Amino acid sequence: MTTTYTYSLPIGPIHPALKEPIRVVAEVEGERVVRADVKRGFAHRGIEFMGMKRNAIQTLYLSERICGICSISHPYAFVKAVENAIGMEAPPRAQYIRTIIAELERIHSHILWLGVIAHEMGFDPLLYWTWKGREMVMDLLEYLTGNRVNYAMYMIGGVRRDLNEKKIRAIKENMNYYRQFNQEMKDVFMSDPTYKARTRRVSLLTRKDALELCAVGPTARAAGLRMDIRQDQPYDAYADMDVRAVVPQDITGEVMGDAYDVTLVRLYEIDQSIEIIERCLEDLPPGPILAEPNLIKLLMTIKRSEGEGVGRHEAPRGEVMHYVRFDGTRDGPVAWKVKAPSYNNINIWGRVLVGAEIADIPIAVGYIDPCMCCNDRVAEVRRGGRELPYEEVRRKCREKTMRIKREVMG
Amino acid sequence: MGKLDSFKRALWVFHLATGSCNACDIEIVALLTPRYDVERFGIKLVGSPRHADVLLVTGCVVRPLADMVRRVYEQVPDPKAVIVVGNCGATGGTFYDSYNVAGPVNEIIPVDVYVPGCPPRPEAIIDAVVKAWMKLEKFEKELEKKHRGGEK
Repeated sequence: MTTTYTYSLPIGPIHPALKEPIRVVAEVEGERVVRADVKRGFAHRGIEFMGMKRNAIQTLYLSERICGICSISHPYAFVKAVENAIGMEAPPRAQYIRTIIAELERIHSHILWLGVIAHEMGFDPLLYWTWKGREMVMDLLEYLTGNRVNYAMYMIGGVRRDLNEKKIRAIKENMNYYRQFNQEMKDVFMSDPTYKARTRRVSLLTRKDALELCAVGPTARAAGLRMDIRQDQPYDAYADMDVRAVVPQDITGEVMGDAYDVTLVRLYEIDQSIEIIERCLEDLPPGPILAEPNLIKLLMTIKRSEGEGVGRHEAPRGEVMHYVRFDGTRDGPVAWKVKAPSYNNINIWGRVLVGAEIADIPIAVGYIDPCMCCNDRVAEVRRGGRELPYEEVRRKCREKTMRIKREVMG
Repeated sequence: MGKLDSFKRALWVFHLATGSCNACDIEIVALLTPRYDVERFGIKLVGSPRHADVLLVTGCVVRPLADMVRRVYEQVPDPKAVIVVGNCGATGGTFYDSYNVAGPVNEIIPVDVYVPGCPPRPEAIIDAVVKAWMKLEKFEKELEKKHRGGEK
């Protein structure tokens, strides 16, 4: 009589694949994962707590440091929440500039993900090639805002820097480059048979699971759900843009909800972002960029306000939501709550990892574009079981790619 | 900055995120890509601290990771150098008054080079790695000298 043993396979919290600390414990039986658990909270910095001790403009600065990839998404949701609470609205020009910067960030974030998933699969040249293309948008963001990351562009009631003719021309040239570059990326990712074989039916997320586990962003859209904050609850310039959620059934006619569909959604969203930016530039209204240029006065307005506000923004990874409350006694929020998209999306790991091969774990983990620093929770780490180093898992992942490549290429 | 006399070997770097916001981390990955391409200098990111010469630490050290930072530091073979990338690892930065921050990196492990910035530019990180490299070479020469002295 044979007995089957299950081994627990801990990944993290410090490992080379993800640049951030998180721990995934997968119980494996042979090559199959039978149970998976996620422990998070290794990047908890108590940001909400610190924000409640500072004034609103300092908190805005802090909100930018929640995440370095979505370094405009959190400030966006935060300024929307504060404006919602104090009843202020940004001037039209500022709204358009905000939308342009947010879409530029989506382009760089999606290209980043495409590179990372290629790297996990063992296509390192593809990582280098996509990231080479990404540097162009980083240069543009640096030119427009002054920094490659953490742009400090948004302010409560507007934006801090204006666009002039030269900058508008630079954006237009950049968009021409990206239209061509994205076409090349689509050719590579969609025509490569190995990539397709490696991602089709891997980390499958059904529509029902996506609804049950509250998946958001490209992960939910890949499962066929037409949900996008820019479409459902348009804000700022998105209201004029008539954004439609990008779903795989519109692209290929069928929904699988696998890693391939996520790739498609992300590739087509880059096109959508280019369109939005170009329309924003065409319709860019003249006028001031700040509703209240005097920041002392702005802080006093906040200090005298009572009320609560919610700000939502469709970040590259999904919906980010900020809640703030002012009680009329201090110039900062007395309550501040942040909900980042990865907080919802990490929950699907427990579902998509079950039944997966060990070699598919890196893809399933990378699939949602996880962002640990966005979701702040404290967790406990238990040790035990036989440990398999993550390098081993990645080696298996790459070997499988090579095997499939041989099969596909014949 | 002094002159780098010799490139004795490739320099292997282990990247350790200790509660950073991802900005420095992504800039470190950007270093590997064609625009900056640090591999032409022989600088390579490795997957295990046991293979590394240099430890690249990003972020203020959060409490759950403080012990792991010590453990990773101990696993790096001597001679080793530690570089802190970003303001929050150097001083606590914007997270200075957090309840979950165990302190700037130098309160946990000894640090050789600091790179200020939030986040620093990739060029600044390359400069820091070169500085650490020079420090390592100096340290190695001292060790050799000491070793020769002992033989006599």
